[in-house]
Amino acid sequence: MVSSRAIGRLLALSLSCTTMLAGCDMVLLRPSGYVAAQQGQLVVISTLLMLLIIVPVIALTLLFAWRYRESNATAPYTPDWDHSIQLELLIWAAPLLIIIALGALTWIGTHTLDPYRSLTRIDSARPVSFETEPLNIEVVALDWKWLFIYPDHGVAVVNELAAPVDIPIRFKITASSVMNSFFIPALAGQIYAMPSMATTLHAVINRPGEYEGFSANYSGAGFSDMRFKFVGVSAGDFDRWLQKAKASKDELTRDAYLQLEKPSEREPVRRYGAVALDLFDAIVNRCVEQGKICLREMMTMDAHRPSGRQSARELIALDLAIDAVVCRADNSIAGALLPSVYRD
Amino acid sequence: MSEHADLAKLVFGRLTWEAIPLHEPILLATFVAVVIGGVAVVAAITYFRAWGPLWRDWITSIDHKKIGVMYVILGLVMLLRGFADAVMMRAHQAIAFGDAMGYLPPHHYDQIFTAHGVIMVLFVAMPLVTGLMNFVVPLQIGARDVAFPFLNNFSFWMTACGAALVMMSLFVGEFARTGWLAYPPLSGIIASPDVGVDYYIWSLQVAGVGTMLSGVNLIATIVKMRAPGMSMMKMPIFTWTALCTNVLIVAAFPVLTAVLALLSLDRYVGTNFFTNDLGGNPMMYVNLIWIWGHPEVYILILPAFGIFSEVVSTFSGKRLFGYASMVYATVVITILSYLVWLHHFFTMGSGASVNAFFGITTMIISIPTGAKIFNWLFTMYRGRIRFEVPMLWTVSFMVTFVIGGMTGVLLAVPPADFVLHNSLFLVAHFHNVIIGGVLFGLMAGITYWFPKAFGYKLDPFWGKCSFWFWTIGFYFAFMPLYVLGLMGVTRRLSHFDDQSLQIWFQIAALGALLIALGILSFIIQLFVSFRRRASLTDTTGDPWNGRTLEWSTSSPPPVYNFAFTPIVHDTDAWYDMKKRGHIRPVAGFVPIHMPKNTGAGFVLAVLSAICGFGLIWHMWLVAAAGFVTLIVAAIVHTFNYDREFYIPAEAVLRAEDARTGLLASHV
Repeated sequence: MVSSRAIGRLLALSLSCTTMLAGCDMVLLRPSGYVAAQQGQLVVISTLLMLLIIVPVIALTLLFAWRYRESNATAPYTPDWDHSIQLELLIWAAPLLIIIALGALTWIGTHTLDPYRSLTRIDSARPVSFETEPLNIEVVALDWKWLFIYPDHGVAVVNELAAPVDIPIRFKITASSVMNSFFIPALAGQIYAMPSMATTLHAVINRPGEYEGFSANYSGAGFSDMRFKFVGVSAGDFDRWLQKAKASKDELTRDAYLQLEKPSEREPVRRYGAVALDLFDAIVNRCVEQGKICLREMMTMDAHRPSGRQSARELIALDLAIDAVVCRADNSIAGALLPSVYRD
Repeated sequence: MSEHADLAKLVFGRLTWEAIPLHEPILLATFVAVVIGGVAVVAAITYFRAWGPLWRDWITSIDHKKIGVMYVILGLVMLLRGFADAVMMRAHQAIAFGDAMGYLPPHHYDQIFTAHGVIMVLFVAMPLVTGLMNFVVPLQIGARDVAFPFLNNFSFWMTACGAALVMMSLFVGEFARTGWLAYPPLSGIIASPDVGVDYYIWSLQVAGVGTMLSGVNLIATIVKMRAPGMSMMKMPIFTWTALCTNVLIVAAFPVLTAVLALLSLDRYVGTNFFTNDLGGNPMMYVNLIWIWGHPEVYILILPAFGIFSEVVSTFSGKRLFGYASMVYATVVITILSYLVWLHHFFTMGSGASVNAFFGITTMIISIPTGAKIFNWLFTMYRGRIRFEVPMLWTVSFMVTFVIGGMTGVLLAVPPADFVLHNSLFLVAHFHNVIIGGVLFGLMAGITYWFPKAFGYKLDPFWGKCSFWFWTIGFYFAFMPLYVLGLMGVTRRLSHFDDQSLQIWFQIAALGALLIALGILSFIIQLFVSFRRRASLTDTTGDPWNGRTLEWSTSSPPPVYNFAFTPIVHDTDAWYDMKKRGHIRPVAGFVPIHMPKNTGAGFVLAVLSAICGFGLIWHMWLVAAAGFVTLIVAAIVHTFNYDREFYIPAEAVLRAEDARTGLLASHV
């Protein structure tokens, strides 16, 4: 009698909880992009799989706590019973089985949802056709705003991102000074934006609409407002959006970028009708400033650096080669930097 | 004139009057309160003429029990600070919506969440865990002290001085605004040129030495000083978890020391280990810090598991179910905790195979952990469970922790982590395991061993109040964060635009308030128990009908712990002795060889802190002087040959006779 009333109360409680939860927008579980949808599904499946073991454990804990309370003299009491092969097999095997299932799911899911992997499907029903070229977007996290470069169209926009629905997008992501994380929950899982490194994310948006995008890794004072709008639009609307950017007289030259890069907060949307060639590449290689040696070149020189086993003659030859590089650099900074770094 | 200025610079570095936050009303009020409180404490100590006893009996004490108690006091004091930070954050996030900017500017808010993390992990959980291990382990293995008693005192004071440096940052300068792990390039000299990160580095370095040495000490103690008959597989489970934890400490803390040393080289002398330019690699820092950071969370949870094992077996009046599988589970967790660090940054662009590998190793940890939960469950099965306060914490832990474990495994699935990483879901998860696991365990442990340390039990009524407020408060404070995480809300935000989120933050703030009542109840419990100590007294030394050796001595134990070293025949040694009608020896005592108190540890630690303070503020003269005197003092201490003494047999007899009288009066 009591227990049925308790169950009824529990049901009412869980119902009221569900209605409350239904009232809010669980974007991770109901996203609008295929990648995020699969990730959300994985969240749900994994949780259900684990509940198989979690629910019995919680129930048994409460049951045993109640049944074997001191005042219950009718319950059996075996003070020296501390071992049972069958039970111990069971308590190791049960979590093991769950983890085997979850591990398999993880292995497959991690590979199919690898952000570096080009999309093969637009959604669960439609594969990507052969002639579809993904849309390239270069993302730069700046202090504290986002720069999106459309290299195929020669435009750039600050704090607003647009993409046509059902077209795969390939993001190349980096940052100017500190680590951020590029995250549009409705579209796909996040990937860090890190200075001097480039990461990749493939995604597709399936429903037109306006979505939240932001940095998901704390990056300093202006972090909270480092947000942008991501708009999924039809192909025609996307062209109009591009035209609007193209129409801007502002040009994202290297100097303009160096200005933009300086810390600022709550930047309005800004459009650039033209973008300097290979700007993203220069940002990753930290050589936007004219004359600064790019990381790529430094690494090449490092790779050719003499090891201890090389002969003195080779060493001299290489030293000359490096000097040649220094001479070619058209800025005194590079010249000043190199000797201390490369002559050891 | 310029020479004068240079000298001032050498002495004061970059410390100026502007570093004192007179313009920040919150800090100023706190400062005034601390000064008033400090003056009151100093006045009280002077009034009660307690300076002498304080120095002789506590500060210079090398008794593992007193050091253990001091660790716990340090942990509890720092808990108040860390929790004050938590309340400020919860209050701020509950109101900073739309046009309301909250009452904390980012500059202050960012320091608070950094300090909260650093303090709670390194200066609350660590001292509490180390304190309990220090107090309990020698008693459980039938030893008279730890292997290196002086080192123990030194370790404690290093930890305390590290904590002092963090506290100093509140009123002199500022703390880091980087998050608790201080990832470069944000923590590099370009993005964080002020003293905040330097406070972070040097407080962790000073405290890290202490933690590391106490790890060495406890390993040596457990390996070499067990009572005769106590083979490894007869050790109490808490001692086993302490051993594994200290192995983790010794293997992990040097990595922290090294990575912070590299970061300080970047900051102080312009090297490029973790910078963006010139071949520096911030990813290297992220890897290294988590190679320490992940084992660190197991360093905290393993002893808590040990406490639950002791508590559940004692209060179920039953042997622990599956002792051997419990030991193997602990050892497996110890080893696996080194193979999972990358799961903290799946989202930093590793390949799918790497991510999948680390995801699966992480999940594998849940197998031994699950086995442990089942072992506790079947210890309760067919027991006679007494719901004393420690047992309440344990049952609450078992229910709460599995939820945290489940969300943890969920986060270990890389594609799921891509959407949940850095979200409030993650924040809810680790609070779920750290509060629901570590803190509940520590509360259980403190309540359980309190009568052993002080000779009287803690008042159960206020204990239950504290328990219920904590448990219910926890669910109110963190379940909303799970929901917010699923709504895609990230952490460390100091302002929100979306008004629909506000209700969840308000519920969370209510939860924090309930937890505050839990902490308040605990403090009241300490006072009430002290006042009612006559009626709560434990004359038997065994108030809970315990099973391990610490319950065989008096409460509080004599300085020498055991007049005769016990001989162990069973895992539950004391239970076994009671069952076989053990008769306590009352005559034939011999003098007992004991180490002598020394102030060297305190002096060395204070000098380290001075050196650290000098380095933080670029006071090169102070830093150099601190360092040189530190070395000299250490060398001088090596010439101190007067380090031990004998407790005469008569004194032992007197102490044991007193206990005989007490036991007789009880019967």
